[in-house]
Amino acid sequence: MSTAPLIEVIDLTIQLNTAVGMLEAVRGVNFSVADGKTLGVVGESGCGKSITMLAIMGLLPPDVVISGSIKLRGVELVGMSQRQLAGLRGKRMAMIFQDPMTSLNPVMTVCEQIIEAISIHDRQASQNAKRVRALDLLQLVAIPYPERRLKQYPHELSGGMRQRVMIAIAMANDPELLIADEPTTALDVTVQAQIIELLQRLQRERKMGLMLISHDLGVVAGIADEVAIMYAGRVCEKGPVETVFDRPHHPYTFGLLESLPKIDRTEDQLVAIPGSLPTLSMRPSGCRFHPRCNFAQAICAEADPALETVQDPLTPGVVAACHFAETALYTDQGAGS
Amino acid sequence: MTRFIIRRLISIPLLLLGIVSIAFLISHNTQGDPLASIVSERQMDNPEVVAAAKARWGLDKSLPEQYVLYLRNLITGDLGTSFRTKQGVGKDILERLPATLELVIAAMILGVGSGIVLGVLAARFRNKPIDHAARLWALTGSSTPVFWSGLILLYIFSVVLGWLPGPGRLDPRSVPPEFMTGFLTIDTLLAGDFAAFGDALHHLILPALVLGWTVMGIVSRLVRGSMLDVLSQDYIVAARARGAGELRVLLNHALRNALVPTLTIIGFTFAYLITGAVLTETIFSWPGIGSYAVEAARNLDYPAIIGVTIVGGTAFLLSNLATDIAYAFADPRIRLS
Ligand SMILES: Nc1ncnc2c1ncn2[C@@H]1O[C@H](COP(=O)(O)OP(=O)(O)OP(=O)(O)O)[C@@H](O)[C@H]1O
Ligand code: SF4
Ligand SMILES: [Mg+2]
Repeated sequence: MSTAPLIEVIDLTIQLNTAVGMLEAVRGVNFSVADGKTLGVVGESGCGKSITMLAIMGLLPPDVVISGSIKLRGVELVGMSQRQLAGLRGKRMAMIFQDPMTSLNPVMTVCEQIIEAISIHDRQASQNAKRVRALDLLQLVAIPYPERRLKQYPHELSGGMRQRVMIAIAMANDPELLIADEPTTALDVTVQAQIIELLQRLQRERKMGLMLISHDLGVVAGIADEVAIMYAGRVCEKGPVETVFDRPHHPYTFGLLESLPKIDRTEDQLVAIPGSLPTLSMRPSGCRFHPRCNFAQAICAEADPALETVQDPLTPGVVAACHFAETALYTDQGAGS
Repeated sequence: MTRFIIRRLISIPLLLLGIVSIAFLISHNTQGDPLASIVSERQMDNPEVVAAAKARWGLDKSLPEQYVLYLRNLITGDLGTSFRTKQGVGKDILERLPATLELVIAAMILGVGSGIVLGVLAARFRNKPIDHAARLWALTGSSTPVFWSGLILLYIFSVVLGWLPGPGRLDPRSVPPEFMTGFLTIDTLLAGDFAAFGDALHHLILPALVLGWTVMGIVSRLVRGSMLDVLSQDYIVAARARGAGELRVLLNHALRNALVPTLTIIGFTFAYLITGAVLTETIFSWPGIGSYAVEAARNLDYPAIIGVTIVGGTAFLLSNLATDIAYAFADPRIRLS
């Protein structure tokens, strides 16, 4: 096996074909995931997380223009034929989605859908062997009464159960990479923790790479090795999760962490980042965050900062895209620790 | 399910009673005199003949009396005697209904089959040449008057090319098979007369194509619409994410869901054509129920009119029931109760 990382995204730019012309949804995105590691991806709604994941899976419609590079163990996926990509999907890389209520085909039983995932990639398997595997998969994702569940239709299952079924389908061929796009957003709070626990367990047992998109910084802190913070189609900060959360360098990361309710803080002190995410066609010049940034200087409106290693001995391995990554937070406001 | 079917079957006679009553009232309140078709013009001035005719056909009784009498006969299965053919309406219908059924079923098979294929292709290649061609073809099919397309096809295939026979169900020189089902294609086979079977089939092709073309127009547009709807659902992306190829996504996932809303219109069209295929029947001298209905209406032949109404009503009620049952099979979320 080569030494190439499991998945490596280099300078990924995605342009969408919209009614008002080609719009850039994501630009210059870089990250990689190693075997058995978890990358958390965090960012406001609409910042381009899902689009990036769909690009990795090769699931964007053909009129979307993708440039840059996406490598699965060194093999370039950008420009690969849909036929070849379909052979990888569900086999080497799998994905689960935000809404388990709508992600299962309503007219197919649980059994049919799991077996489909198996037989697409394993045409030789006998019907009986596939059934046994389907049953094993339901047990793997800890679904009670798996025999009975197999015969049921999606509408007969709760949201949490459906997400477990989705995970079972994703695990059908023992993928090397699992992408989970906000897998718990649509679920009850109590169920959320169970699903995250399940993902973590599977990731450890199977040593797969996991990419977890989440709005919940607490979850990301608990499960991820690395975190990538995205803003308006760009990665603005990335690094080991504890380092980034302990000592953020990008004002946006800082704002995100500040907006978290803390026990020793009362409600009216809760700081949300003022303003809102710009729409695709209205993304500002220079640093995309500058209209909302407390630390913005004149240069911020003009030059788009590159994603570069932060010169801070306390945060090795952290990259950030801010002109004042080293200075802003710790000098001007004395914020942080 | 069984209880649902039984309950619906029980309700059908009640609904038919309503339909019969309305048909009775309407036909007996139209301007015009049914005697005109019973008594010859010259004898109209002869009061004795007129009175005798009135008594003979029950027209001397009051409307309520006629109504009660009609219902009493109806219960015993007697649909009355046609003023025009002078034979039992039940017998008339039995002679003509199979011809219509044979034509309509053939047209439905052709129209629904090709409509589904065309609809799927149009949705898959949305806004591509195939889609535009399909739209044009469907539009032509559903907007060209049947007498026009029928005559053109007859001219081309029968007169010019001589590939297919002219109007009628069977060549005048062929010996009609013994009446078993009334479907000539089936009765000839049952009689083991393959030459006559070929002849019946050849006669069926053109009228079925003409009628089927209209059906295809409706079905293909509907399938295209609901396919596009379904193709944008989350479970389609999820199916692709597990490695499903294009064909599997289109047929196993999308079409299976897209057909559900199409069932209604298929059932409705079938029922409608039972009495609504008049033009095709006329052009192709097809001795069906539609042309019988037109003759009945033209002659104010009350018993025949009401008889045809009962046939049409039953067709609607039964196809409605069949649609509901098909729905329950096609969509597991629907529970019949
Ligand atoms: N088909 C499309 N046409 C036009 N714009 C689109 C399309 N799909 C997505 N977008 C836009 O692309 C941007 C990125 O979308 P994306 O779904 O990746 O966001 P996200 O970060 O996953 O957000 P969320 O947290 O809400 O899931 C958004 O601004 C969205 O409006
Ligand atoms: S580059 Fe300027 S505007 Fe952008 S985050 Fe840094 S300080 Fe703020
Ligand atoms: Mg998303």
